[in-house]
Amino acid sequence: MAMLDIDNLHAKIEGEDGKEILKGLSLKVNPGEVHAIMGPNGSGKSTLSYILAGKDDYEVTEGTVTLNGEDLLDMEIDERAAKGVFLAFQYPIEVPGVATMTFLRSALNAQRKKRGEEEISTPDFLRLVREKAAGLGISQDMLKRGVNVGFSGGEKKRAEILQMAILEPKIAILDETDSGLDIDALKIVSEGVNALRSPERGMIVITHYQRLLNHIVPDFVHVMHKGRIVRSGGKELALELEANGYAEYQQDAA
Amino acid sequence: MNAEIRPIRTPAEQGLSGELKNLPSSGGARIVALREAAAKAFNDNGLPHRRVEEWKYTDLRTLMREALPVSSPAQSAQVEAHARLLIDTGARRLVIANGAVVPELSDLADLESGLTIQPLATALAAGGDLIARLGTLEPGRYDAALALNTALAADGVAISVAPGAVIERPIHVAHVFSGKAAASFARNLVVLGAGASLTYAESFEGPEGVAYQVNSATEFVVADEASLDLVRVQEEGANALHLSTLLFEVGKAVKLNAFTFTSGAAVTRTSLYARLNGADSAVSFNGAILLKDRQHADSTLFVDHQTTGCESRELFKHVLDDSSRGVFQGKIVVRQPAQKTDGRMMSRALLLGDDAEMDNKPELEIFADDVACGHGATCGAIDDDLLFYLRARGIPLKEAQSLLVQAFVGEAIETVANDELRDALVERAEAWLKARA
Ligand SMILES: Nc1ncnc2c1ncn2[C@@H]1O[C@H](COP(=O)(O)OP(=O)(O)OP(=O)(O)O)[C@@H](O)[C@H]1O
Ligand SMILES: [Mg+2]
Repeated sequence: MAMLDIDNLHAKIEGEDGKEILKGLSLKVNPGEVHAIMGPNGSGKSTLSYILAGKDDYEVTEGTVTLNGEDLLDMEIDERAAKGVFLAFQYPIEVPGVATMTFLRSALNAQRKKRGEEEISTPDFLRLVREKAAGLGISQDMLKRGVNVGFSGGEKKRAEILQMAILEPKIAILDETDSGLDIDALKIVSEGVNALRSPERGMIVITHYQRLLNHIVPDFVHVMHKGRIVRSGGKELALELEANGYAEYQQDAA
Repeated sequence: MNAEIRPIRTPAEQGLSGELKNLPSSGGARIVALREAAAKAFNDNGLPHRRVEEWKYTDLRTLMREALPVSSPAQSAQVEAHARLLIDTGARRLVIANGAVVPELSDLADLESGLTIQPLATALAAGGDLIARLGTLEPGRYDAALALNTALAADGVAISVAPGAVIERPIHVAHVFSGKAAASFARNLVVLGAGASLTYAESFEGPEGVAYQVNSATEFVVADEASLDLVRVQEEGANALHLSTLLFEVGKAVKLNAFTFTSGAAVTRTSLYARLNGADSAVSFNGAILLKDRQHADSTLFVDHQTTGCESRELFKHVLDDSSRGVFQGKIVVRQPAQKTDGRMMSRALLLGDDAEMDNKPELEIFADDVACGHGATCGAIDDDLLFYLRARGIPLKEAQSLLVQAFVGEAIETVANDELRDALVERAEAWLKARA
């Protein structure tokens, strides 16, 4: 049984005449695997990630998603997080007035509580954040601010990886974590992600650029087009896409 | 023949007119005349209703169903049990129960040099310079709540800070109601000499389940270059009717920062009148109002810029759950001589309840030509994207809402300079949210 099993997923925008965005998408992710998803703008990659995280702007009309055999679509948003789903947002939002440390701690403790674990002690928490933040080049000053408030685009992406490192999810979905990163930051973030690769953890890495996949080497590459996976292969598929673009799929679809 | 059409007097108006037949007699001829004039004004004008512009959203004629007898003194043991607000802030505490100072619960020992504190009743009996200031601040229009207070209040606190005296330790006047339903009236006077500095806090609390009425008025006379921080917490019992009037006379180069936290009472009306008649002062009037069930709270401000170069700021944050109702009416007047005025007023409301309602009425009246003034109002539910972001990290819905509401009111609470008082306010907001979850 795959850890994450997406089977024939159809979804549309919530509402009367909401447009269908996912049109029969299937994907299996086993523990330890890294799957890259590439695909043209508007093909539905972010929509897929939102649906997995539980955003209620979408309505699933057909298909199933299970996490370790449990129906993921039936769970509340925070329940999914506690079960190990983590989405690194394409556009992380600013939460003014909620201190980053308060936010991280509330999140970690809420997840632990839901799993029946003990809350983390203050010294342990501070040590954990300090250690992970240092590795990602996140300053103490940033941690003192509101969540993402006044962060540059690249800093926001790094902060997402910090959250992931602290929350230690089972299945991480990284939505264009590389976009907006300079060359050095891309390295730092990739190292951060690679440090989290483990035989127990699955990852879905959404990206437009083969470059990222030099750093985070995927086990599988999938091409998403018009709401479906239209082709899957190994890491060499990314190189082919880099060279040829998506023209081939556009024609197929037309 | 009487051509004037007067509305039929309500039972509350009739009851109040009855109470006004027995005015307190302390304070000498000027004060007695003030009381009589106020009683006459009430008898002539009665309670305000929705056709009176300043009371449009708070129809006191309808909301105040009955007049209650003026309260008798409370037992100090009972009072002590209730007086818990701001208790750990290190402030010098004075307790007013049912409108009268309770000496045995009030700390009047070792007053800092330059600081004078007297029960108003004592000051009225003694007369003197301080009492000569009482009743000198006028809203410039008939205000029923203030008229009733002027006519019927016999006690409160009178505080003066000598010119140049900097009083580090905040003074906290704890207003407590205790006992059977009654009406309590307290009148306070705070006078700051030139260059003086004071942090003044007042709190209001009382029993749940008793439909009591509180009418408080405080006059603040702030002389040139003085600095006043005012922090107010109103957590009356859920069935109370609370009327507060705050009057400010502001000299030149004054720093004034007033903050009100409101989460109590069934019906609240806070009227604030500030007259800026010295140049280059900076004033701010901020508030956080957290309501639930069918609570109704009205904050009505009138800021009058009479001279040049003053800055005024208002930031009011309402959090409205269930079918509660918030009202913000802010009027900034900039008189012709008040060039270089900088006035900014903002009201923001977060609607948590489907049936909650917010009424905003900001007004600018500008007669000077070289000014920078503006106002804004927003009203809406908690941002879904923010909620989703927090929940996607594992934070449950109610907790996520609480964090976002705290952040929302936090912006207003942050304006309080004193650390202990600010922390106490954050705690009051947290307690409100906890009670909700
Ligand atoms: N809430 C929404 N309301 C309306 N349309 C939406 C909504 N969410 C997504 N869409 C539409 O669905 C399609 C897929 O969007 P999505 O963001 O999933 O694409 P994407 O593959 O992530 O694109 P990109 O590479 O540009 O990030 C787009 O046409 C988009 O406009
Ligand atoms: Mg996208």
